[in-house]
Amino acid sequence: MSQVTVLKQRDIAQDRGDEAKYDFYKTLAQKNIDLAAQKIETLQINITKLCNQTCVHCHVDASPKRKEQMDLKSVERCLEILALNDSIKKLDITGGAPELNPHFDYLVTEARKLDKHVMARHNLTVTLDGNPATGESKEYLPEFYAENKVEVISSLPYYQEYFTDKQRGQGVFEKSIESILLLNAQGFGKEGTGLILNFVYNPVGAFLPASQQSLEADFKRELNKKYAIEFNNLFVITNMPINRFKQQLKKLDVYDDYMTKLVDAFNPSSAQGVMCRSLISVSHDGRIYDCDFNQMLEMDIVVDHEPMTIYNFDYQKLLSRKIMFGSHCFGCTAGSGSSCGGATA
Amino acid sequence: MDYFDSKDLKRFPEMGKFSKDLMKKFFDYYNSAVGEDGALSKREKALIALAVSHVKQCPYCIDAYTTECLESGADPEQMTEAIHVAASMEAGITLIHGIQMHNALERNGAL
Repeated sequence: MSQVTVLKQRDIAQDRGDEAKYDFYKTLAQKNIDLAAQKIETLQINITKLCNQTCVHCHVDASPKRKEQMDLKSVERCLEILALNDSIKKLDITGGAPELNPHFDYLVTEARKLDKHVMARHNLTVTLDGNPATGESKEYLPEFYAENKVEVISSLPYYQEYFTDKQRGQGVFEKSIESILLLNAQGFGKEGTGLILNFVYNPVGAFLPASQQSLEADFKRELNKKYAIEFNNLFVITNMPINRFKQQLKKLDVYDDYMTKLVDAFNPSSAQGVMCRSLISVSHDGRIYDCDFNQMLEMDIVVDHEPMTIYNFDYQKLLSRKIMFGSHCFGCTAGSGSSCGGATA
Repeated sequence: MDYFDSKDLKRFPEMGKFSKDLMKKFFDYYNSAVGEDGALSKREKALIALAVSHVKQCPYCIDAYTTECLESGADPEQMTEAIHVAASMEAGITLIHGIQMHNALERNGAL
């Protein structure tokens, strides 16, 4: 047996142990909470794992080295699903840096033609960095987003340089500010324009986020004072104890402390609002998951003994599915809750 | 035997073993005074508590209030400034006692 195989088996055994120790199903049963699937309102697509950044907390493990991309055929199929299902009003495009998929612009413009609300998880720096694989410029993005009225959702871990660069890499804060000003110049984040610019805050380490309301007030005050930046809302997200962030927690020997904190902070009201109840998440290869985190953990939705994909997509079967939970779900139910749209309680 | 084991902080409620009512009163008071927004925000209270933790040199409190400061939205710059406030207060307190020394020097006819 190779050393790699031994290490992989050890990781699997450890993960099983963690799941048994932090049992989300048991907590739901003890508190008599049923988190059934509801009508699907959002189609979230993880269109690429390629990114110009390598962030320490990234649950996708995205980086400039990743190659995974959704192909045109799958993009067309996602558009077909959007066209055929009226209840799905929102398209949420994520990655990696989603703009680094060659079919990104096409997906956005076609979804807008279908009158869907399009959200892009935009990391800001890609506008200035361009494509790390091809060198292609992405400076057209602010204008493209404005023309297509895309809701721009951007990670900005803090209103100061230290925390931002610690999490997202040296120089990211300065570049992010430059990119935000380009979005502001197009009218994003400004009252009366209808162009929405939201920021996402997540803690830099193994601690829970402060309240969304108080942090949003700080971000607005400080960013406006120092850089005359305007934006709409701040979404506060808890770091999910999976993949790269979980490895970091284990390395710091604080994984159990972090999990205990999440479990102790379980909030039934936050649980009711978890995003997996009204969202489905599609991977670059067309598989469907309950959320982006389940996608990264490869927790397939299995219907009739087969993984659900965009090719055997069945709305009614998805409605009656049992959502797959794991220990990481405590991240979405702690305190005020956490989702791609921020707090849930 | 280790002194100041960080895990001991979680055992704080054990101090109610022989005086349950008094500890309950203490925790109620403590949680209201420190853990809730009031005329001061939770973040301001956490920064004060962090400064006091350093003055009183309590390792448990330094651990707990470092986390509390982060979870209430403070950053390392603000936290470090809070410690400087504490340190400069301590220096000032030491120095103002020098006036007491001057008084004693005067009584001894040396000033």
